[in-house]
Amino acid sequence: MWPKTILALALCSTWVAGCATRTSDSEADRAVAEMMKASFKTRGQASVDRLKQDEVQALCSKHAGELPKDASDAIEKAQQATLRYPGSGKLMGDWRQGERIAQSGAGKQFTDDPTRPAGGSCYNCHQISKQELSFGTIGPSLYQFGKLRGSSEAIQKYTYGKIYNSEAFSACSNMPRFGHNGVLTEEQITHLVALLLDPESPVNK
Amino acid sequence: MADPMRIRANMTGDKVEVKVLMSHEMETGLRKDASGNAIPAHFIRNVTVTHGGKTVLSAQWGTSVSRNPFLHFRFKGGRPGEKVTISWLDNKGEKRTDEAVIAGG
Amino acid sequence: MRMHRVLAGVMTAMLPCFAPAQQDTQKEIERYRQLLQDGNPAELYEARGEELWKTKRGPKNASLEQCDLGLGPGVVKGAYVRLPRHFTDTDRVQDLESRLVTCMVTLQGFTPEEARRNPFSGTGTPMITTNPYSGVGQRSVMTDLVAWIASESRGMKVAPPMSHPKERLAYQAGEKLFYYRAGPYDFGCVTCHGEEGKRIRLQNLPKMTNAKDAQRAFGTWPGYRVSEGELRSMQWRMWECIRQMRFPELEFASDASIALIAYLARKAEGGTLDAPSLKR
Repeated sequence: MWPKTILALALCSTWVAGCATRTSDSEADRAVAEMMKASFKTRGQASVDRLKQDEVQALCSKHAGELPKDASDAIEKAQQATLRYPGSGKLMGDWRQGERIAQSGAGKQFTDDPTRPAGGSCYNCHQISKQELSFGTIGPSLYQFGKLRGSSEAIQKYTYGKIYNSEAFSACSNMPRFGHNGVLTEEQITHLVALLLDPESPVNK
Repeated sequence: MADPMRIRANMTGDKVEVKVLMSHEMETGLRKDASGNAIPAHFIRNVTVTHGGKTVLSAQWGTSVSRNPFLHFRFKGGRPGEKVTISWLDNKGEKRTDEAVIAGG
Repeated sequence: MRMHRVLAGVMTAMLPCFAPAQQDTQKEIERYRQLLQDGNPAELYEARGEELWKTKRGPKNASLEQCDLGLGPGVVKGAYVRLPRHFTDTDRVQDLESRLVTCMVTLQGFTPEEARRNPFSGTGTPMITTNPYSGVGQRSVMTDLVAWIASESRGMKVAPPMSHPKERLAYQAGEKLFYYRAGPYDFGCVTCHGEEGKRIRLQNLPKMTNAKDAQRAFGTWPGYRVSEGELRSMQWRMWECIRQMRFPELEFASDASIALIAYLARKAEGGTLDAPSLKR
């Protein structure tokens, strides 16, 4: 009898507390919506339209990385469906161009020239070649990426897909969806695949 | 008119230790503005430090010295209460002279 | 020092063959930064800021000496570390820069547009530029004032108030903005500032939800950035982050900028202000 009363009281109080949190939560949501309109302005290529989140961005923002498994599975499945591969079937390009793309941090900022190709900013987050010491650690090291995995068609497809849309493999990944979001071209991604998989690339030496 | 230099002169042992922060853009002439035009070079060419009428430091600078240069040096022969005078002259002919009193060690 | 512990954490996570080279690089960078601490050009901005506070300007030909930064009209000492806060006269939560805009308007008679013009400093030949934040342009009155006012809180504990409902709301909104992912890179502040011990290229990244990281990071702004040859404030830091996140432009002293700063200041609560500092 007592346990039931205690349980009922506990449920009541969490419900009330939940109400209070929800109220101020929606107040904060309203405040944020207002700020999105009033505090940002379009400049150069960076339009205020960019603030409109797609489903994935909204979900990932809401759960801040603590996504329930069924939700993350759903995201990965849906993002898998967005993967597009080059029509030619050639997934590996030129690793030398790949290194240049990996080094470049330009692209999509309102200070960037929209007529020039974007870079991949890869070294911002990853170790890649042995020679480049100025690398970030937000993402895992990619040194020896190809040496460890080989460069079979399946691996090429996986590597291309990961760069095209990282969330097809890891929901709410920190890595930009370079292909899906139109940051890098098909050709550029093939060069990055080569940087990672070509046995001649410094990554695999 | 450039900002005044911020000068600290203290005795350390038998030497005077001087630290000067100069306000100068030290523009190399190689940077470009938003329109793509080169920003004209504007940098300190000469620095002269005198004490008791004698030159204790003389420097010839160029574009490799960065903006708002900080100069730190020591010289012998100064005593607390005496003045140290620092002057700079830049490539546009602008100049600035400031002085500081040597503080006790 | 926190920095060395973070670095140590990074070192152990890396391939052994790179550890020695990386440690040398990081150590040398740290040593270089320590050597630079003397002769901080921020002093030049502080000196100008102190003058500008007392200078009669604007249509009303008045100084800012009656400006209330939260501790009463004219009280500057300790004001910076108790911002952002709610102000009764504007019924808004405001940070330092938005408050200076208010004072420039009400005390000196400037229009809000005039008060907000050229908020970020650029030295060099004064020239008309559509990009006043680029480092080429004119002196910034706002930046000079921020430098001096922050220096008047040097060594004090960061303590933004959180008693007013609007202060709590600003914090919550700032938190939501922190986690807001958008744009072609799917970035949110959390992307770079959500995990411990990470760095972008060779720049260590504070985890903003970690008190020690947040205190250290927040406590060093404003700071003179050697790489830019300019003194930069929290408003600038928010503007610059948002630009690099591939978002549209964050308006100077806007509500979103204040909410973000309110959130970060709260995360940094209890930290010691070591500003204006010297940065890479």
